[in-house]
Amino acid sequence: MTSVVICFLISTSFAAEIPQDERRSGTAFMTRETQAMQEDDRANPGMLAVLDGEALWKDAPPGAKACAGCHGEAATSMKGVAARYPTFDEARGRPIDLEQRINLCRTEHQHAPAFTWETRELNAITAYVANQSRGMPITAGTDERSRPFVEAGRALFNKRQGQLDLSCAQCHDDNWGKRLAGSVIPQAHPTGYPEYRLEWQSTGSLQRRLRSCVFGVRAEPLGYGAPEQVDLELYLMWRARGMPLETPAVRP
Amino acid sequence: MTQALVNVPAKAKRGEAIEIKTLISHPMETGYRHDTNGQPIPRDIIHTFVARYNGEEVFRADLHPAIAANPFITFFTVATESGVIELTWTQDHRDPVTQTANITVE
Repeated sequence: MTSVVICFLISTSFAAEIPQDERRSGTAFMTRETQAMQEDDRANPGMLAVLDGEALWKDAPPGAKACAGCHGEAATSMKGVAARYPTFDEARGRPIDLEQRINLCRTEHQHAPAFTWETRELNAITAYVANQSRGMPITAGTDERSRPFVEAGRALFNKRQGQLDLSCAQCHDDNWGKRLAGSVIPQAHPTGYPEYRLEWQSTGSLQRRLRSCVFGVRAEPLGYGAPEQVDLELYLMWRARGMPLETPAVRP
Repeated sequence: MTQALVNVPAKAKRGEAIEIKTLISHPMETGYRHDTNGQPIPRDIIHTFVARYNGEEVFRADLHPAIAANPFITFFTVATESGVIELTWTQDHRDPVTQTANITVE
């Protein structure tokens, strides 16, 4: 009788968050060939977006300064920036992600129209900025003001949803390393966004990835830029705190 | 914004087989898809890739609609003389893209 009760307790209890020293980037779950593609800057197709982003960085919208006009050399001014995002924005009273920051810069300082989500332009400039922080440890969500939003993101991560009634945590905390159909379930550390997915044949944002996952459990995906989606991004970055940024990562 | 990344060894020994790696940004639109209004999306692919070594053609590839976006093409050639390797991607609707790389053969 006792053993039955214990089994019941074990099977219903949530697996805890992944211990810090057991965390592994999605890179570790890939084939050797895909890892090699990511490591070689002349074979990594994400670098094409980085190069596009570099051109955009220097390209001034009509009647305004280019990004480089204020920020100068991205290699110095943008170093470490992506590791802090999503970050708390004073004016909005909540965290915003890197894509949102770039678009705010465009609308408020360059007086140019915002880039549409998931366009080649927005992904390229984001990839270029994030690439400047490659190898640096993630620090997003570690400040006091971000805490309530990290918690909101955590709640979303643990919430069962969709026709399959699954939470993010049930795959990525409880069953990482096992297989979902033919694919290995990674730990869901967003260390390399915007990243090149071979499946997408293009560079895509973390928000696109989240929407695909939510679609996969047959729930209604959140809109691009939705506050809940940014909270989830923030929680995932906090969950990966200390891990090195890899932008542009390549994923299968 | 077509970007190409080319990896040619800067130095090689005479007679040595060298690997040349190329990556180019291209949508490789098949021509078989339709947009949300049901209109066919016109084909837009790179159809020919040619490599010339000091003007002499050393590698050629025909590309077809089933090839993924951003084609990655690698091939081997023998290092014969110092000079220029010229790579040309010819596409459907725009001018060809050409990149060159220098190689020193000792």
